[in-house]
Amino acid sequence: MEAWRFYKKTLVLVAKGRPIYYCWCALLLFIMAVGLWFYMKQMETGLIVTSMRDQVSWGLYIANFTYLVGVAAAAVLLVIPAYVYHFDPIKEIVVLGELFAASSIVMALLFVTVDLGRPDRFWHLIPGVGKLAFPDSLLAWDVIVLNGYLVLNVIVPVYILVNSYYEKEPVKSFVIPLILLSIPWAVGIHTVTAFLYNGLAARPFWNASILAPRFLASAFCSGPAMIIIIFQVIRKVSQIKFSNEALFKIAELIDYALFINLFLLGAEVFKEYYSNTIHLAPLEYLYEGLRGHHVLVPWMWLSLTFNVTAFLLFLIPRTRRSLPTLNIGAFLIIVGVWIEKGPGFVAPGFIPDPLGEIYEYFPNFTELAISLGVWATGLLVFTLFMKVAIPIVRGDFVHSKYAKIASKIEPK
Amino acid sequence: MAGNRYSRRDFIRMASVAALSGFGLSGVSCKKADLEEFLQKHYLEMTEEDKKRTIKRLEEKYLKKYGKQFTISTQGAKPGTLWGYGLDLSRCIGCRRCVYGCVKENNHSRYNPQLHWIRVLRLPEGSLINLENAEHYYDPALVPEPGYVYMPVQCQHCENPPCVKVCPVHATWKEPDGLVVVDYNWCIGCRYCIAACPYKGRVFNWAEPNIPAEELNTAVHYLGNRPRYKNVVDKCTFCVQRVRQGRYPACVEACPTGTRKFGNLLDPNSEIRYLIDHKRVFRMKEDLNTEPKFYYFFGL
Repeated sequence: MEAWRFYKKTLVLVAKGRPIYYCWCALLLFIMAVGLWFYMKQMETGLIVTSMRDQVSWGLYIANFTYLVGVAAAAVLLVIPAYVYHFDPIKEIVVLGELFAASSIVMALLFVTVDLGRPDRFWHLIPGVGKLAFPDSLLAWDVIVLNGYLVLNVIVPVYILVNSYYEKEPVKSFVIPLILLSIPWAVGIHTVTAFLYNGLAARPFWNASILAPRFLASAFCSGPAMIIIIFQVIRKVSQIKFSNEALFKIAELIDYALFINLFLLGAEVFKEYYSNTIHLAPLEYLYEGLRGHHVLVPWMWLSLTFNVTAFLLFLIPRTRRSLPTLNIGAFLIIVGVWIEKGPGFVAPGFIPDPLGEIYEYFPNFTELAISLGVWATGLLVFTLFMKVAIPIVRGDFVHSKYAKIASKIEPK
Repeated sequence: MAGNRYSRRDFIRMASVAALSGFGLSGVSCKKADLEEFLQKHYLEMTEEDKKRTIKRLEEKYLKKYGKQFTISTQGAKPGTLWGYGLDLSRCIGCRRCVYGCVKENNHSRYNPQLHWIRVLRLPEGSLINLENAEHYYDPALVPEPGYVYMPVQCQHCENPPCVKVCPVHATWKEPDGLVVVDYNWCIGCRYCIAACPYKGRVFNWAEPNIPAEELNTAVHYLGNRPRYKNVVDKCTFCVQRVRQGRYPACVEACPTGTRKFGNLLDPNSEIRYLIDHKRVFRMKEDLNTEPKFYYFFGL
């Protein structure tokens, strides 16, 4: 009965809002509908409607997937500095961070799904029912760790929120181990995703041991950069007080990660250019162009410029500690890392292909529309999460208030 | 007997799948054959009875779709066979007859897109290892062109196949006679195997295959040349439908210069064993430890 009332109230909470909330949701639903329409066309005709071909058999979808796994991992890893530096308010940071991680994982899983040729056969992946190739296939590992991570990041915040609703303290012995578990798990999902590429000897560009460390470093840039923006939005639309100090501290941590990321890139560039073997080709393709093919070159230099600029903005205390430059830096990182880790990472693994052919991949409108649809889905999920979570953590949406009202209305 | 047709595991599988995938099927006309295809087991888990049922259903489906009666074989590997391939680089003239012989034999999509299992690379003389110098789409009036070597590449049927290792659902595996095959009805179309193959031995059906009905080869194998589906992967099988009946692969027969050799690696008297013993053979990208069963050599 009580649970039902909670559920009902949640629906009311989600359904009611200011006009800007309706506009935002309507916009997202519209983008989702467009994406769905293109997806149905893709299912009907086949993946031939994308720019992917045998030479470059993964594209924008898998690029987004890779990026979002990193974002999801970093959102939770933010819990560590939040504890170490006593960010206030810590409970809110844990809840919002984990819900953000959950939304990112939803997007990541959707991106894999839209990339699958035969999603109708997805049951082949269910252990025991289908034939999941665990532990041979790294993709099987990814299926397991990503879904586990999703469950973990839904359980923890929902548990904390429901307890807040009933004005109870969460049972620490239950929730703290789960929060602690989610931290190595976050490292795990991104490591497994890196290994998925890393283990392929056929693709020298991916077959470098530096891959997993670089994945983690770049995730620590893009994830927290998104959090910086999101916390400010939440601060604006609700009464939750995130201190500027917390945001500046996050920016400082991003800067360490960004430095490591740039350093690792430098290490790769040195190794390939100095040894100058045929495995230089993908890097050459990215930054110089290869045998007259240079679609990604401007993008890669843009990404590098963005990352270096953001590094400097976050390095200099004056620009780090001022909101406008902080936000510019965060934006540059979100885009810069996306280019580097998305299209700038997936496509060159396939260029040149194992028999030396160059097929220049650039996503077409179908892939763009479907990708935007997935992003819109994730944002909608996150918005709805926030619509319920914020009033609860703020103490506006609690059991006693409604219980009182209910007792007044309901005749004894 | 009939009562034992479905085991408890089957029941659990079907019930859970039907429940989980209700959304996947809703909206689609839910015919019995479609449902059976949807619930079809992995090939290696099928009993003889399951196989018979599946074959019958597939033959009916092909008859309806193409208006032709197919014969789908499920013939297994012959004990004591391990198939190996030899390719004489000094004989190949780059005519691509093998490519098109393969297309015809194996029911490849003819257009939008045209699908090939064999690619012939043209390499400048003096460069055989660095494939960055390879030209795939050479198109002169006459072959061979002076100054070039031609190197056909197809699935190398590795003893240690990276594509099999990465498949998340075991939709591809190595048969006892060494052939690497795909269950086209089990593949989920993730294309991880394409990323893992160092030889570009795998191709994807990016759209529904387009094959003119009059050009169909109706003598097919379940694991080989039966018409494929859109959005699943496929690959060279050394013509499993032929070699298990004691015939040569179609590419061997199509070659006008005797470049292509084929035989049983376990038979000391086979031609392929003679070549390995008497010619200086090499395998492509041996450094990757994939142990291909595809031997290149210079016969002249």
